[in-house]
Amino acid sequence: MRQQKKHNNVLPGFGPSLGFTVFYLSVIVLIPLSALVFRAAGLTWGEFIETVTAPRVLASYKVTFGSAIVAACINSVFGVVVAWVLVRYRFPGRRIVDALVDLPFALPTAVAGITLATIYSPNGWMGKLLEPLGIKIAFTPLGIILAMTFIGLPFVVRTVQPVIEEIDVELEEAAVCLGANRLQTVLRVIVPMLLPSVITGFALSFARGVGEYGSIIFIAGNMPMVSEITPLLIITKLEQFDYRGATAIACVMLLASFSMLLVINLLQRWTRRFAE
Amino acid sequence: MSTVNKSSSGSGTYTQTEPAIVRWILTAVALIFLTLFLLLPLGAVFSQAFEKGLTVYLDALKEPDTLSSIKLTLITAAVAVPLNLFFGVTAAWAIAKFNFTGKNLLLTLIDLPFSVSPVISGLIYVLIFGLQGWMGPWLQEHDIKIVFAVPGIILATIFVTFPFVARELIPLMESQGKEEEEAALVLGATGLQTFFRVTLPNIKWGIIYGVILCNARAMGEFGAVSVVSGHIRGMTNTIPLHVEILYNEYNYTAAFAVASLLAFLALITLAIKTVAEWKVRQQLNNN
Repeated sequence: MRQQKKHNNVLPGFGPSLGFTVFYLSVIVLIPLSALVFRAAGLTWGEFIETVTAPRVLASYKVTFGSAIVAACINSVFGVVVAWVLVRYRFPGRRIVDALVDLPFALPTAVAGITLATIYSPNGWMGKLLEPLGIKIAFTPLGIILAMTFIGLPFVVRTVQPVIEEIDVELEEAAVCLGANRLQTVLRVIVPMLLPSVITGFALSFARGVGEYGSIIFIAGNMPMVSEITPLLIITKLEQFDYRGATAIACVMLLASFSMLLVINLLQRWTRRFAE
Repeated sequence: MSTVNKSSSGSGTYTQTEPAIVRWILTAVALIFLTLFLLLPLGAVFSQAFEKGLTVYLDALKEPDTLSSIKLTLITAAVAVPLNLFFGVTAAWAIAKFNFTGKNLLLTLIDLPFSVSPVISGLIYVLIFGLQGWMGPWLQEHDIKIVFAVPGIILATIFVTFPFVARELIPLMESQGKEEEEAALVLGATGLQTFFRVTLPNIKWGIIYGVILCNARAMGEFGAVSVVSGHIRGMTNTIPLHVEILYNEYNYTAAFAVASLLAFLALITLAIKTVAEWKVRQQLNNN
């Protein structure tokens, strides 16, 4: 132990670098975030509960969390297929497709929002095709799911992809030697290995969808009780100078984010165990 | 289309893959999904932007309010990115090269801004610096505007782009260990010489990767900036906020013309990111 400490001392700059890290973290992140909690503490418990369980607010939770779950499910299914195809198969343009998967990370949400709204509006490229089928996406709750699927897409692919890359082919060979056919190998060997990473990707995609604002508001229609997401409701309250209401709802969202962060951290630890 | 046979030669007899038809279907499903969700929107941005020709496109970009939004976005990124770069390198040095208690907690806290909704990232600064906020009365007395002005936009941007560089550099520097730095110090280099001549070349591509992503988010952030901006045309509008205003005014061609700038930025970001990722991998394999 003592030797370990001595060993560390060879490199300089521990004190200043850790000091600055903690200082900057506190000024930019921790103190501002705690402002939210302190502000909410200014409300009485009754006021707080009344604000965060008002019918319009409850409806917004349902829209936000419900859509995020559906979007994360869509991403889990297609994300695994995309990751599998990118790792295991070769086809022309594969590298470009691989790079493009990160587009939702790089494309600003406002751009994604107006673009999706335009494509899926009744006159848009997709809207025109779907309209005769009686499917309306833009300005309905379906639009919210669409936008959340878009922004959550890279999460599942990028969580599952490295795990597929790491799968030891010998395990698959062993399954074959023991008489398994391909379907059995996939179901009994590969799926169990991928499952933790798929669940992690699901959680990441879900968490991103819940907090998303920019890409959704253009396509959602934003009707109270029907297609109004919680982040938008916070902004609406803020614009009406209802700081208490905004703070209370934001606190609920923050609590939800932190719980998800905790779950995701545990999941990632679980995933890593399988990846190694 | 062929499959990858990752196994070493000789054991090939036992490897198997899906039947050709299954491979075909899976590839088709993946490509159709990605076309619908990625290529179509990307194509739509440019097609809408150039719908009325190049002249209209360029006129939309030359409009004074557009130019001032570009200027504000550049200023914001020019402040936020270097600050977060300095923080990222410093934090990575402390976390990757030393052992101390509370390291995991620190790592979680650094990641925090990623899990907070952008709207909340803006709201917290309104709660501190706004008129009804903690420091509101004092700021008003001294005639300092932070929220609904440029400083608020910069602060919110720093918050949402906070983790990018640090989170890229920490695992990279951890995997590289500290033997090379120790060798340099033993040979008589000073701390700064060691950092600039040994550490920095090793993490160069990691820094580029983190900075390019940090920059993309800084220039493209919408939710957080929207809360603190106040939407004063020509004054506190960044490019994404200007896109929103044009779009809500039904000025679609101009909205997409300005949006196409951000789409270009996204494509350049992806290209540099792909190269940086490849270089980092290569470097790790060499070690």
